[in-house]
Amino acid sequence: MAGLNPTVCAAAPARQRPRLWRGAVLLVAGLYFLVPLVASAVFTVDIPNEGLTLDAYTHIFSADGFTSSLLLSIGLGVATIVVVLALMVPAEIAVRLSAPRLRPVLEVVCSLPLVVPSVALVAGIGTVLKWGPDHLSRTPLYRTFVAIQDPGFPVVLVLAYVVMALPFVHRALDSGLRSIDLRTLVEAARNLGASWPHVLLRVVLPNLKSALLGASFLTLALVLGEFTVAQLLGFQPFAVWIVQASGSNAQLSVAVSLLSLLLTWALLLALAALGGRGAKNRTPATAVSTAAAADKE
Amino acid sequence: MTSAATAAVLDAERAAGSGAALELRGLRRTFGATTALDGLDLTVEPGELVALLGPSGCGKTTALRVLAGFERPDSGAVLVDGEDITRVPAHRRDTGMVFQSYSLFPNLDARGNVAFGLRMRKVASAERRARAEELLALVGLPDHGTHYPHQLSGGQQQRVALARALAVRPRLLLLDEPLSALDAKVRLTLREEIRRLQLELGITTVFVTHDQEEALSMADRVAVMRGGRLEQCAAPAELYARPATAFVAEFVGAMNRIPGHVGGSGEVEVLGTRLPVEGPHTDAGEVDVLIRPEGLEVAADDGGTARVVGTTFLGATTRLSIRLADGTAVKADMATHAAAELPSGTLVTVAPHARPVLVDRRAAT
Repeated sequence: MAGLNPTVCAAAPARQRPRLWRGAVLLVAGLYFLVPLVASAVFTVDIPNEGLTLDAYTHIFSADGFTSSLLLSIGLGVATIVVVLALMVPAEIAVRLSAPRLRPVLEVVCSLPLVVPSVALVAGIGTVLKWGPDHLSRTPLYRTFVAIQDPGFPVVLVLAYVVMALPFVHRALDSGLRSIDLRTLVEAARNLGASWPHVLLRVVLPNLKSALLGASFLTLALVLGEFTVAQLLGFQPFAVWIVQASGSNAQLSVAVSLLSLLLTWALLLALAALGGRGAKNRTPATAVSTAAAADKE
Repeated sequence: MTSAATAAVLDAERAAGSGAALELRGLRRTFGATTALDGLDLTVEPGELVALLGPSGCGKTTALRVLAGFERPDSGAVLVDGEDITRVPAHRRDTGMVFQSYSLFPNLDARGNVAFGLRMRKVASAERRARAEELLALVGLPDHGTHYPHQLSGGQQQRVALARALAVRPRLLLLDEPLSALDAKVRLTLREEIRRLQLELGITTVFVTHDQEEALSMADRVAVMRGGRLEQCAAPAELYARPATAFVAEFVGAMNRIPGHVGGSGEVEVLGTRLPVEGPHTDAGEVDVLIRPEGLEVAADDGGTARVVGTTFLGATTRLSIRLADGTAVKADMATHAAAELPSGTLVTVAPHARPVLVDRRAAT
């Protein structure tokens, strides 16, 4: 591959300038990203008049609500991943195999959450949830309404997050399916005697590995960082806890934010490593690059 | 790979029973307004290789997909050894299919791909492995078991695909233009190899292609399809020499259309010669007479009304492009040494060989 690099063919004097530019761009980008991070890090360890201390970090684990909110967020994240993949993987495959004309419909439906602001989503959910006591108190459905709002594990948040994750999951799966000849692979497997569950488990899913990882990671990142919906519905997952903690202890909350950023990076790297190992020559970059693009969430 | 081991494998294959008999009865399939199959009937004898040949859209691929169980016919039946499998789902059909391309599972190595069908049939792992190695040796890739599809060339991928299809000892082998994505040289060798394996294993095979040369060189019989129907099914030599219809005549090999006139008594007058008419169109009137380039005799003649307008060197023969007196363009094949005396611009006379000919309605010009 190195031989294909176009810069190799470039004349010698011209090589200096692109390098300079590259360095400059890297420097500016580095400053843009690093300065706020470094400033945050300094803020957490440098207390005015007291000097350097790691108190903010040591206090994290003993802080009230840290563990429970983090565990809640991770639980919500895992549940959301399971639900959204169980919903979207069969849907994407079915649309490609038997109703290609519905693909634009799927595309639009999955993109809708991007244009509906979280606040509007919450307003809608809130309204529906209010029906519970008003209209359903005499029906068994009322209990369901109460159960999904259990603060210990608010299923209603999972439902909301599934909707919010649709655009990212759709993109990741779509690019994954685009890189394989799904119809031929499915027919080859069927021809060799594979039942539908076998086709899915042994042929389709293994070849979508990096897309599935990408979709899962994006969903997890979304759930870990989601604030609006959880806050407005009155639940306390990780992001909400960070904001509340910053009111009482600003340094602690910034320290937690930095840690969660590191956690996200670690996940991203793990994903890249996994994707790279599974699909050496195919498109290991797609999942990660889409993941990185949406990481701003 | 040692030929002794391969021979043993082949013996075992043959002992396992020769090919199945296949029958397609009145297959009909429409997609919306298009009719892909319009009452297709075809019988394939055990161990025979039949090529489905036709222009794109003639229904040949649909026919194969119906055979494999990927499409349900609207009506009609598929019978294998007399057993109706029309309603049997694809994964229970016991057919081995080789696709055009990109059909190997990218997540499995060559051995895993070949063993896939055995795995679905719950064959023990050691046996699967042995059988996969056996098949890879049979297709000439004994050392490629651990290669992944992306590490194999197009030709090697199709060999693995063939091994994969054969590994389960299918009753029928279905080939869906397996060579069309390969370059010319690989196509030739693989064509011969597929045919050799097919003969050695004695497996009943249906081969879909739009390449007439491929069909004529490989198949026991060629089934020419048009508009979802069988136009003619015959051995290659017969198809070429005695096409049943004008469509077959023109689709297989090169063909001239020369204006002629059918008189009474089933004879047609063309290029000043009277020839017996073969086939159905014997109503009196103006027709096109179908004559192959090698069926024309060309001689230099200063008083001739036809003129050579171009020559194409084909090796042993040379194809002359000739304009007749009435402006009709025809092609005639001649031995190259004889053609050397007829350069462009030469005035010639053209006469058909005295053989029965096919005629067709006059083509609109």
